[in-house]
Amino acid sequence: MIDRASLYDMKIEDLQPLEEAGVVEKEKIRIRGLNVWFSKKQVLQDLNFGIMNNSITAIMGPSGCGKTTFIRALNRMNDLIDTCRTKGEVLLDGVNIYGNGVDVFELRKRVGMVFQKPNPFPKSIFENVAFGLRVHNMANGQRLKEEVEQALREAVLWDEVKDRLNESALRLSGGQQQRLCIARALAVKPEVILFDEPCSALDPTATAKVEDLIRRLGENYTVVIVTHNMQQAARVSDMTAFLYLGKLVEYGSTRDIFTNPRNELTEKYITGRFG
Amino acid sequence: MMIKRITVRRIVDKLVASLALLSVIIAIIPLAGVIIFVTSKGLPAINLEIFTSLPRPPDEIGGGIGNAIQGTLILIGLASMVGLPIGVLSGIYLAEYGNNRFGSLVRFIADTLSGVPSIIMGLFAYVVVVLATRSFSAISGGIALGIMMIPVITRTTEESIKLVPNTIREASMALGVRRWKTIVLIVVSAARSGIITGIMLSIARIAGETAPLLFTAFGSDLWATGLNQPISALPLVIYRYAISPYASWQAQAWGAAFILVSMVLILNIGVRLIARGKYRR
Repeated sequence: MIDRASLYDMKIEDLQPLEEAGVVEKEKIRIRGLNVWFSKKQVLQDLNFGIMNNSITAIMGPSGCGKTTFIRALNRMNDLIDTCRTKGEVLLDGVNIYGNGVDVFELRKRVGMVFQKPNPFPKSIFENVAFGLRVHNMANGQRLKEEVEQALREAVLWDEVKDRLNESALRLSGGQQQRLCIARALAVKPEVILFDEPCSALDPTATAKVEDLIRRLGENYTVVIVTHNMQQAARVSDMTAFLYLGKLVEYGSTRDIFTNPRNELTEKYITGRFG
Repeated sequence: MMIKRITVRRIVDKLVASLALLSVIIAIIPLAGVIIFVTSKGLPAINLEIFTSLPRPPDEIGGGIGNAIQGTLILIGLASMVGLPIGVLSGIYLAEYGNNRFGSLVRFIADTLSGVPSIIMGLFAYVVVVLATRSFSAISGGIALGIMMIPVITRTTEESIKLVPNTIREASMALGVRRWKTIVLIVVSAARSGIITGIMLSIARIAGETAPLLFTAFGSDLWATGLNQPISALPLVIYRYAISPYASWQAQAWGAAFILVSMVLILNIGVRLIARGKYRR
């Protein structure tokens, strides 16, 4: 198989036949000419790259480089901000999510999100996971219980909470809350999961657990994780994109980025000379 | 020098703390006084008959204010039917969509409305309902009280919804849940106890209102038979009996006051127990 990253300049139309022939890895998301403004300030500038199917892509960069804005462009959470304006395309399985007639709520079902700080609903553990399933009429009765259990198992939380499903989610520890949020996102069966610095509010032990979990999720889901922690990017991800001042500086396999960066800026950043 | 300064600080610290404590005690005195006074004067008048009977002329022994209790409950119910949905929905609107000129205008109107003397509310209901229907009625009283509830509920609902962290709104939206469903299922549910507190406050406030009922509900010596008929209410009875020269009526006025205060108290405690957030830390 050809390393997809080496072809990132190629047009998606030219790549698709190669994907179908199995010569290159399948791309889940393709970002084309993505620009984002908040009021007059341009936060993202002309991003172009692809995110591989069933892999983990880390978005790395110093504070204020647009990492969070970028990841929130992938499920259109930026739409909630009045001053935000987006230009360009984000293709999910080849369909532009900013195109006409796209149901943004359907999109967010397919592209789940886990936030910086654990944000469980002030409801029971069970209801947190069941919420999405109920609202989307995806399961009820016995099915609902099974689905909730499955999501909690997938998030490696089941054994810790199976005897206290009716307790308040707010009584869980920070790390457990974050895994609950992951279970909540998994329950509605997304294809892509976005993690926005998921460990920044967690202690090292909880961080290790969440990182393990993310690595495991990368086998069945397309995962995009924003982090300003370089070690985390190195530990967790298959591919790494380095953003600086809203521009994509470098994108490639995590191994290459960390051992053999092509760009001077990337090298400076990963060797800790700025950031 | 150093030691001296610390001593001064300590004295000032103690002084401020005792001043604060003193203010609290002064604030509690009238509150406790009202409750003790109403209880000691009102409790002797309480018996089964006062709850179940109709008023009797002052020279007859016995009689009750059952119809006033019934009337107050009906009026609270009617007022809630007016004030609750409008108040809660406007509060939701202001908190979630009210970040604009119109929102500020509504907020200003609500604040003004809550400052309008209650007798004006009665006058309003009198002109709009009583004159139009040519009859004093429970409905007109309920409307007058309901309008008084609106601004209180609106603002407390707005404030408690604004306290709901934005992160859980985002969590819901990120699951693909539509905005209105997020508001109803997550935001309002999270703000539930604050909203209910606001509702309780407004009910407590209107339950004891006399002025708006003077020319709307008007009062009656009979059991309520229809919402389009004049209806009795506890504050009206207290007012009428307390200024009467008859000792038996005055005693019953104290009884009515005791019942009214107890009703508000029980309502408060009850709803607070129900609303107590099940999912707290």
